[in-house]
Amino acid sequence: MNKLILLIISSFLCFQINVKAQSSQNIKLENYFGDLRARHIGPAVMSGRINDLEIHPSNSKIIYAGAAGGGVWKSNDAGTTFNPIFDKYCQSIGAIEVDPNDPDNTVYVGTGETWPRNSVTVGDGLYKSIDGGNSWNKIGFENSERIANIIVNPKNSDEIIVGVLGALWSDSKERGVYKSDDGGISWNKILYVNESTGCADLVIDPKNPNIIYASMWEFRRTGWSFNSGGENSALYKSEDGGKNWKKIHNGFPEGKLGRLAIAVANSNPEVLYTVIEAEKDEQKGLYKSIDGGDTWKQMNNDFGITVRPFYFSRISVDPKDENVIVKGGLNGSISRDGGETFKDLGNMHSDIHDIIFDINNSDIIYTGTDGGVYRSWNGGNTMEIVENLPLSQFYHISVDNETPYNVYGGLQDNGSWYGPSAAPGGIKAKHWNTVGQGDGFRVLRHPTRNIIYSEMQGAESVWRYDVDNKLVKTIQPLQESGLPDFRFNWNTPITVTNNQSNRIYIGSQFLHKSEDMGDTWEIISPDLTTNDPKKQKQEDSGGLSVDNSGAENHTTIFTIAESSIDENIIWVGTDDGNVQVTNNGGKSWTNIISNISGVPTNTWVYHIEASSHDPNTAYVVFDGHTSGDMKAYAYKTTDLGKTWTNIIPNSDVNGFVRNIQEDYVDPDLLFLGSELGLYVTVNGGKSWSKFINNMPSVAVHFIELQKQTNDLVMGTHGRGVIIIDDISPLREINSNVLSKKLHFFKSDEYKMKDQSGFSGFFGLETQFVGENPSTACDIKYFLSKRHIFGKMTFEIQDLDGNVISKLGAGKSKGINIVKWNYTIKQPKIAKGKTFSFGGFTSPRVAAGRYKAVIKKGKDVFENEFNVIYDDASGLSSEDRNLQHQTIMKLYNMTQELAYLVYQLDVILLDENTDSKTKSKLNELKETLVITTGDNYVGAAKRQLREKMADLYSKIASGYDRPSHTELENLYLVKDMFKTAFKTFDKLKKKVKVEDLNLKSYEDFISG
Amino acid sequence: MKIYLLILTISFSFIKGFSNPKTINEVETNKVFVSKERAITQVQSVDEIINNYFENTGGLENWEKIEGFKMSAKINQQGMEIPIEITQLLGGKMMTKINFQGKEIKQGVFDGEVLWSVNFMSQKAEKKDKEATDMVKNEIGDFPSPFLNYKEKGYKVELMGNESVDGVETYKVKLIKKPNIIEGKEVQNIAYYFFDSENFVPLQVHQEIVIGPGKGMVSEIKFSDYDEVGGIYFPFSMIQGVKGQPGQQISFDNIEINPVIDDSEFSFPEENQNEN
Repeated sequence: MNKLILLIISSFLCFQINVKAQSSQNIKLENYFGDLRARHIGPAVMSGRINDLEIHPSNSKIIYAGAAGGGVWKSNDAGTTFNPIFDKYCQSIGAIEVDPNDPDNTVYVGTGETWPRNSVTVGDGLYKSIDGGNSWNKIGFENSERIANIIVNPKNSDEIIVGVLGALWSDSKERGVYKSDDGGISWNKILYVNESTGCADLVIDPKNPNIIYASMWEFRRTGWSFNSGGENSALYKSEDGGKNWKKIHNGFPEGKLGRLAIAVANSNPEVLYTVIEAEKDEQKGLYKSIDGGDTWKQMNNDFGITVRPFYFSRISVDPKDENVIVKGGLNGSISRDGGETFKDLGNMHSDIHDIIFDINNSDIIYTGTDGGVYRSWNGGNTMEIVENLPLSQFYHISVDNETPYNVYGGLQDNGSWYGPSAAPGGIKAKHWNTVGQGDGFRVLRHPTRNIIYSEMQGAESVWRYDVDNKLVKTIQPLQESGLPDFRFNWNTPITVTNNQSNRIYIGSQFLHKSEDMGDTWEIISPDLTTNDPKKQKQEDSGGLSVDNSGAENHTTIFTIAESSIDENIIWVGTDDGNVQVTNNGGKSWTNIISNISGVPTNTWVYHIEASSHDPNTAYVVFDGHTSGDMKAYAYKTTDLGKTWTNIIPNSDVNGFVRNIQEDYVDPDLLFLGSELGLYVTVNGGKSWSKFINNMPSVAVHFIELQKQTNDLVMGTHGRGVIIIDDISPLREINSNVLSKKLHFFKSDEYKMKDQSGFSGFFGLETQFVGENPSTACDIKYFLSKRHIFGKMTFEIQDLDGNVISKLGAGKSKGINIVKWNYTIKQPKIAKGKTFSFGGFTSPRVAAGRYKAVIKKGKDVFENEFNVIYDDASGLSSEDRNLQHQTIMKLYNMTQELAYLVYQLDVILLDENTDSKTKSKLNELKETLVITTGDNYVGAAKRQLREKMADLYSKIASGYDRPSHTELENLYLVKDMFKTAFKTFDKLKKKVKVEDLNLKSYEDFISG
Repeated sequence: MKIYLLILTISFSFIKGFSNPKTINEVETNKVFVSKERAITQVQSVDEIINNYFENTGGLENWEKIEGFKMSAKINQQGMEIPIEITQLLGGKMMTKINFQGKEIKQGVFDGEVLWSVNFMSQKAEKKDKEATDMVKNEIGDFPSPFLNYKEKGYKVELMGNESVDGVETYKVKLIKKPNIIEGKEVQNIAYYFFDSENFVPLQVHQEIVIGPGKGMVSEIKFSDYDEVGGIYFPFSMIQGVKGQPGQQISFDNIEINPVIDDSEFSFPEENQNEN
């Protein structure tokens, strides 16, 4: 044991040294967040974009889904439910591969989605698991940005080929086809075209792994345009494992090519399918080869086959039938005649990116769409959605001030929604309300009225929805004479303000203001953008297939912030790099971008946050990813933009940044939404820490802080709404607190909530249910070190030191939260044949002052706090007193009855008790407790114990003062007890009680 | 009825959990991944970790003397205090007694052959299904720790690398036990232990749930309050739950080593009597 003690001492010493290192300049909190954890509320009702599906090659129950922004999910029940297995890592998934030689253990995940719409994010390499997804290691391709395919040789696990599509917004040499011969330790590039052409699709001949087909795609996106196609797009074949390649274009259209898909029929590897994006519309579509790619023939060029090739290109062939093929698309298309004709797949969310067949039964297919994973049992005629994939991709969120507060937000291809932050039994699909169409972005609650504003892409519609009266109208600004067409961003900024409740702002290239909820608009700025005509040719966007969805609209206003302190100060940021500010309500504007150094010209101004502490203070974050710049930028000004401080001065933050949130109380507490998760600083940005407790490395697009609850609410682009309840402990974290053994966080008052409701569990077996916040008394404290050795206890006591409740202490390093639900323990219940269900109720304490007492080794730590009643139920203090006294009267009576029955049982069992007394005692006992039957439908007649405990439970579980009926019933029960007590007392006199060695009442109760 | 279910799960998973602070195996480290992903300051072989664990918690000699535990605790479930008593013996016998309103109800009782629990409704003993029984039987050797002489048990261990859990640097050790038969198919039986890198005691164990509605989720048990009893350091407190969600804490008031218990306590009551 000496060794152990030594160890403990030495570890303590080295802890001290660690603490010293935490100066106020550099506070790293990664290991201190403890019990402060994120909760996920979804929603999953509309799910989110899926990039890739993968089925286990020999166990049809195991399916993997790779989400565009929501990580990797594994199903063990043939797609009925899924669980996330990749939360620590980049959540943008390109491809998943299960090693066919070791399918239970070895899995590869290539990050970076490969259907590159405007809103896609980036990947950060290739990962491998050798334990079925429990642990992952990155094995390279750090800068690949997006991985399209991974294929393991079905005969040799060490041989892997990877198709890297590569960077979307910039040149990159990390593209093409790579091969490893040593299980992924080292890689050779075996096919490379140039810095702008990546591998879009890759297959091997299932019978001869040396035959590889690779489609190479020339593509590029900018903030304002997209190009698909060029001289370098081509389909290649290698017959020697990738050493030599040849183009296989015999039968292909002339000219430039765009994105090409490639699929091989498992049942006949000579049969290949490709989908070609060509210059001429009539030459686009499905092509087929029946000779391993030597010659090709066009089969079909229906809309469903040719639509949006950059977004839909996947072809899947039924593994058992070379003539059954399915093509991803707007609706998805299936052919049963080798590609001559197609019909649409059954009703499901549009935008189908991947389709897989069950390994045993080809009637079972799974699809990955913009709205999650669907299953079909009948060859794609009818489709059913997987209900537990909360992959919703929020562009924006906001909150209101209701109790519980609601969260509002808009989603990629899934409209606009709002739902509660708490609901009885958890937040279910049914709690979410849809309030918009198309793609959703800003959804804002009117500051004082039950009116919601929402919008669809490019402000094509901006809705004003009067929720109570169910009245909807559109209010977007319309063209005005003498002014050019308005340019609205795909993700148009709209802002409301507490300064004037009916005011709304909306940004085109101009700032529009309305003081009457959108009925009348006034332009209060000149064109605040660079108005660069080169970035305004959206009708030419798309390359070989025109794709003018509005998603590329540029030179637009992207963020608007009115100071909550001074309504004349308004900040505007544009997607082409201007930061504009007015301090006179828009009469004059200053572009202060030149005062910010270190950010490349024309970098997208993603968000401006006006400080709630000081009118001259603001924060701005820049996002350069659409020009290939993945750095994190955040700046702060305290002089209305004249000078700026870089508040990410070091390399603490991974991923580019889209949002920043300032705390309302502590101006040095800031939250940063990065493409790879949430970062927190408690020292104004001198050092940042990644928050990882139940928080995936997901893109955080928008952050709000709910003022009443101090809840941090995040709109993520792939994992829905994620909330960290009550971040107030972070306000107290500083180097002093970090050096304390134990520190209680401030907690003056806790309210015992009375509200409840009916949760209902119907249909929830396979549905995602969002987690509720705690309604308990959450005692929060900081521990400098994880408690490992020796006893550590936690008690709630009254101020006299009487123990009210014993709870499990939190023992993590950092922030601990112990939940007390305001109760003392349940009463001791008389022993009967069955249970008294009323006796399982624990009563709440009366409002008052209590203390938390933590004993850790020899140390004792105490913290006092107030418990108050919830005034929402409208009870007077007299009502509360009566309620509490009545409950405790019944509680004590219940325990007295228990003691009586205990004594009675002892006397009954005693051999000296005469049979007549025994018989009388038995007679009495049968009126006190149930002595027959079971706990279900065999239940016997209720006796005194049940009557007493049920009344106790009825009052103790209700919110109200005892009713007349309840009090009448109490008199009855009391009388019955009195009678029983008298009878027992008489019988007790017939035995020598002193010989029975009876426990005292106190010992009996505490025993 | 929910309450019953909860408690049942708690007591049951507990039994599995305790048998979890267990055994170890040999060095089969995947060097490439480990060295690539995290800088392990001190290269530890997995056997070193396991040896340190036994050494620091009382020494192998003391561990090998253990023939049984009887542990008592009061679980606080939403204000309801429930006394429980858990017994485990060398050779696989085990039992959890839960006290409800003065009535003792046995759950997860195993006599070496039969696994049984008392049904809360009828209050009669019922046998568990064969696969559940076989899974328990399969892990008889886990007592008192699966890492104790793990090689002889046919178990394997691997060091997966370093990982920070509860704010502490740990060694992640994979324990591969004998496979189970689940729904007629052989399934790997793997648990991950996180050993504190300073003191070498397990702080957490993770295991994929393989049966029931939680299938596919990961169970998580956290250990703390290591204290000495009978020359051995045991975790007197543990928090059990599903990874990513808050768990339920159990703290033992008392752990008795090598208790004397009548074999009949573990036997399935042949007369399917009512307990009283």
